[in-house]
Formats: sequence, structure tokens, C-alpha cells
Amino acid sequence: MEIILSLAIGVLSASGIWLVLRPRSFQVIVGLCLLSYAVNMFIFSMGRLTPGAPPIMPKGGFVDPTLYADPLPQALVLTAIVISFATTALFLVVLLASRGLTGTDHVDGKERSR
Amino acid sequence: MPQHMIIAPILIPFVAGAMMLLYDDRQRGGKFWLSILSVVAQLLVAIELVVRAKASGDFAANQDISFYLLGDWRAPYGIVLVLDRLAAMMLVLTAVLAIPSLVYARAGWGRQGPHYYSLFQFLLVGLNGAFLTGDIFNLFVFFEILLAASYGLLLHGSGQLRVRAGMHYIAVNLAASLLFLIGVALIYGVTGTLNMGHLANLIAALPSEDRPLLHAGIAILAMAFLVKAGSWPLSFWLPTAYMAAAAPVGAMFAIMTKVGVYAILRLSMLLFGEAGGPSAGFGAGVLIALGMATILFGLLGILAAQALGRMAAHSVIISSGTVLGVTGFALAGGGPAMLAGALYYMLVSVLATGALFLLIEPMNREDGGIAAMLALTADAYGIDDLDLTEVPDTAMGIPAAMTVLGISFVLLVVMLAGLPPLPGFIGKVAMIQGLIGQSALPSGLAWGFVALLILSGFATLIGLLRIGIQTFWSGDIALPRVLALEMAPIIGLLAVLGLTSLQADAVLRYALGTARALHDTTAYSYGVFATPRAVDRPAAATEGDQP
Repeated sequence: MEIILSLAIGVLSASGIWLVLRPRSFQVIVGLCLLSYAVNMFIFSMGRLTPGAPPIMPKGGFVDPTLYADPLPQALVLTAIVISFATTALFLVVLLASRGLTGTDHVDGKERSR
Repeated sequence: MPQHMIIAPILIPFVAGAMMLLYDDRQRGGKFWLSILSVVAQLLVAIELVVRAKASGDFAANQDISFYLLGDWRAPYGIVLVLDRLAAMMLVLTAVLAIPSLVYARAGWGRQGPHYYSLFQFLLVGLNGAFLTGDIFNLFVFFEILLAASYGLLLHGSGQLRVRAGMHYIAVNLAASLLFLIGVALIYGVTGTLNMGHLANLIAALPSEDRPLLHAGIAILAMAFLVKAGSWPLSFWLPTAYMAAAAPVGAMFAIMTKVGVYAILRLSMLLFGEAGGPSAGFGAGVLIALGMATILFGLLGILAAQALGRMAAHSVIISSGTVLGVTGFALAGGGPAMLAGALYYMLVSVLATGALFLLIEPMNREDGGIAAMLALTADAYGIDDLDLTEVPDTAMGIPAAMTVLGISFVLLVVMLAGLPPLPGFIGKVAMIQGLIGQSALPSGLAWGFVALLILSGFATLIGLLRIGIQTFWSGDIALPRVLALEMAPIIGLLAVLGLTSLQADAVLRYALGTARALHDTTAYSYGVFATPRAVDRPAAATEGDQP
């Protein structure tokens, strides 16, 4: 379980970083998306991996906290997903505007002279 | 009611901004007056909060810090807002800078695109929230609010240059936000808390095998802040973005770098101060080195720049670097006197760079700016005959607009360069005095920093005066048309700066109290837990909160 998760985070962030460093604006945005998936999974893993445990405790009486998953990272991930989704959408609009204004999808707005 | 005052700096611009979204831009006049109302209300609230923060225990060990439990959860479970002297000071600074910027936008920039005033208010929500919050993840949320608003504001006015600069700015800040999240997640994974006060309590007693991981988390978090602060290897996005921004937006961006500086100052003093146990002083060397490198980068940038906008952006970088470096010295045991000087310097430099950004546009209007730039380039490359066509004098003597612009410009240059009698000088002297008198610091490093500080002032003087001479004395430039609505905010900012010079004693005393409170973290880290919930207070004080 730990191995699979860390492999997934590693592969996602490696491909994300490679794409962010590419000169095409669409590659950059896909790279940022992949990076944000990796980061979200990383936040999730910081609550420790507890398979099959609910995050919400029943009301009243004594409960054994070891039987439950940590709910806070799940809440943090939810917030992070919403925020990164919104900013990525905004970035997409700017990307399209740049494409329309300059006629190229290079991140600098002009092709490098060869 | 008085305890709810703490959340007002977040709620006022939020409500004003949201209300303005309901109307389209034909109601621009009404929107402007609503914005002014909101910003003036924020200024009044901020002044009241300063009075409250400094009311009790001016120099006493137990500083009075107010806490506000959002949602009425007992700390450390909910989110808290924290009002101390530093936060109150930053709130006042934000409001004082926002009013002139808003008035200036009324002269023309507010009409260049939709929803300018709403975005402006949301930027203020993010700024005020980031200064007030006492929770790291909440800090992330407010950072995102202010960044989202700043994306919109940077693109305001559109055009190819802005869209390109905006794309780079957004990409860099999205990447920095991801670093922020990784840092926050690591800190939570190690300590199980995100409350800054709680974190400060836990850090001394942390098991030694967990400490490196926590340090790594905080270092990654600091990377995100350093990107925003414009620290040297992470600041290459800054000059282009700030140059591309519309003038009133550039003025507000002068304080946005200081949010990063503020976050670093707050967290490092809280976590790695003397109460930090084995972690005390973590990152001091790195901050000093980065601060010095940043000043050097800004200094060279000012000398190399060919346009006033780029020079102004580099002077923002210099001022960030100065405060970062002093934060490092404070962590290394530099004492509160030096930190107080840096806080005073930060106030002054934010207002001065903000005013400079406002001044750039009228100075560059018509073809005066372009002629000055060409002449400057010719100057730099030793070309004498540039064939500038002779333009006859349109008015006898020195025209009034030019005089006012010129005097404001010279005052700002003197302020930024740190010459007496203006407040830039007072701040630098206070810093240098604090640095030299310290035996706890390695003297070579302190002297090196002092030398850089003085050199950066010298470079600012050379760079800005060169362009000033070309603009105002060359005589062959057309007379720019300057509106009173554009001049008033600049003169207002200069008046505020003059006031900080006249009242330097009071402001420095406040800054010294702030610096001492930053060094003594017990009031912050234990006060969070001593704050009672509203339902637990006596019935008279609760005034009908939810049960």
C-alpha cells in the first residue's frame, strides 16, 4: 500500500515537473495539473494510511480513535482540490488569451529563433 | 461587539466586493464610492486595532494579544485569528496604501476593464486575512484569495505584454502554492497541528528523530514565501510582472511581496526563537545569505535597468532583501532594536515604492518617457548625437505639472536612497545602529550587511537620478498632461511619509514594542489556549452567539 502510493506520487510529480519545464503553454498546464494531483495525494498520505476506516466518529460514548481515519487531511485535500481547480481554470483562460493575442502557444509569446 | 472587531478587516472588503459584483460596470461611480467607503472603514478599524494592540503592557513581558475563535471551536481545533502589534501595523499599512491607489485608479485605470473595484476589494480580503490568521492552512487559503485577485488585477487593461507577464506570474505562483501545500502537509504529518501557537509549544519537545522532517517541511514552506517575497534566486518573475501591471495595481503589489516577508518573519520568530529548544535559530544563516544576495541583485538591477518601471521593481526587491536579511540576524540573536529598525524601514519603503509606481505613469506619458529612455540608453552606450528633434518650449519657464512631478520624484528618490532628513534614513540608521552594537553576531557578516545596505542606497540614488535628469532637465520633451486626481494620491502618500518622519519617535517606539513582542513568544503560544469560547463566557458578554 505504502509502496503503491509513494510510486504514484513519485511518477506523477516527476512527469509534472518535466511537463512544467516544457516551452508549450499547454504542456505547462497539464504539468501543473499532474503536480497538483501528486500534492493532493501527498497531503492525504500525511493522515497515515488506514484502509477501510471511516473518518467520522459516532456521537456520544467512548470511541477508540485508532479505529478511525484522520479526517483533517481529507478536509485539507478537499480545499486544495477546489483552489487548484479554480486557479487552473483561470490559467487556462490566460493561456487561450495569450494564444489569441500572439498566435503561438510558446510560453514566451514568440517562437525561439533557430 | 468589541471582540468581533478583529474579523472586520476581512468582512468589510469581502462584503463590499461581493456587493459590487451584482452590478455591471455602468455603475462605476457608485462602485468607486463604495470602495472608498470600505477602505476608509478598514483604515479606521485598523487604527482602532493598533490602539488596542498597544493599549496594555507597552514594554511589559506579557504583551496583550487578542485571539478570535472562528466558529467558536476551542484551540487548537478550530481556526483562530490573532491580533498582535505586528498584524495591526500591517493592517494600517495596507489601508494607508489602498486609499491612494484607489483614488488614482478613479482617474482612468478603473475604466480599462471590468470589475476592477471588486478585484481590488478581494485583494484586500486576502491581504488582511493573511496578516490576521493564526493557522497555517488558513494562511494558504488567504494567500490563494489574494493571488487570485492579483491575477485578475495584473491582467487588468489587457494587452499582449500584460497577458504574457500574467501567464508567467500565474505559473510561478501556482508552482509556489504547491510547495506551500507540501510544506503544510509535512508539518501536519509530523506534529498533528496547524495552529501556529500550538506548533510553537510543541516544537521544543519534539522527538529528535522527527525534527529533521519538520525542518524540511518548514523549509519547503519558506520556499513558497520566498517566491512571493521576491528573494534572489526566486525573483526573476518579479520585475517583468510589476512593470506590466497598471500603475495603481503596481502600487498595491508593493505590499504583496511584504506578505511573504511577513509570513517568514512571523513563523521564524515564533518557531525558531529562543523558545524553540534544539530548533532555535534554524534558517538564520540561509536568511542572512539570501537577504544579502537579494540586495545585491536588486542593486545591480537598478543600475542596469533602462526604464523607470524596472527600477521601481528592483527597489521593491531591495527592500524585501533588507527585511529578510534582518530577520535572519534577529534569529541569530541580533536583538529587538535592529528588528524595530527593519519594521520601520518596511513601512516607509512600501509606501515610497507604492508612490513611485503611481508616479511612473504620469512621468512616462506623452513621448517624454520614451525620449528620456532613449537618452538614457544613449548615455549608457556613449552615443552623443541621437538626433532627437528639437521640440520648442510650449510654456515659459518650468511648467507647474513638471515642477510638482519633479519635486515628488526627488523626494521619493531621497526617501528610497535613505538620505537624511526623510524617513528612509531614519530606518536605515536604526538598523545599522542595532547591527553594529551587537556582540552576538559575527562582526564581519554584520559589517558586510551594513556595507550592502549603504551601497544599495547609493545605487538607488544613481539609477533613479539618471532617469530623473533625463526626464526633467533634458528640456526637449513634451509637457505631460497630469490630472489632479493622479497627483493627489502621490502627494497624500508623501504627506504620510513626512508624518512618519516627524513622528519617527512614536513610530519607532511602536516598532520596538513589536520587535520585543516577536522575540517573546509565550503570550502568543499560550494565549491561544487561554482564550475562552464565546459560549463559555459570562452571558452578558456573548450577546446572542449561536448556542
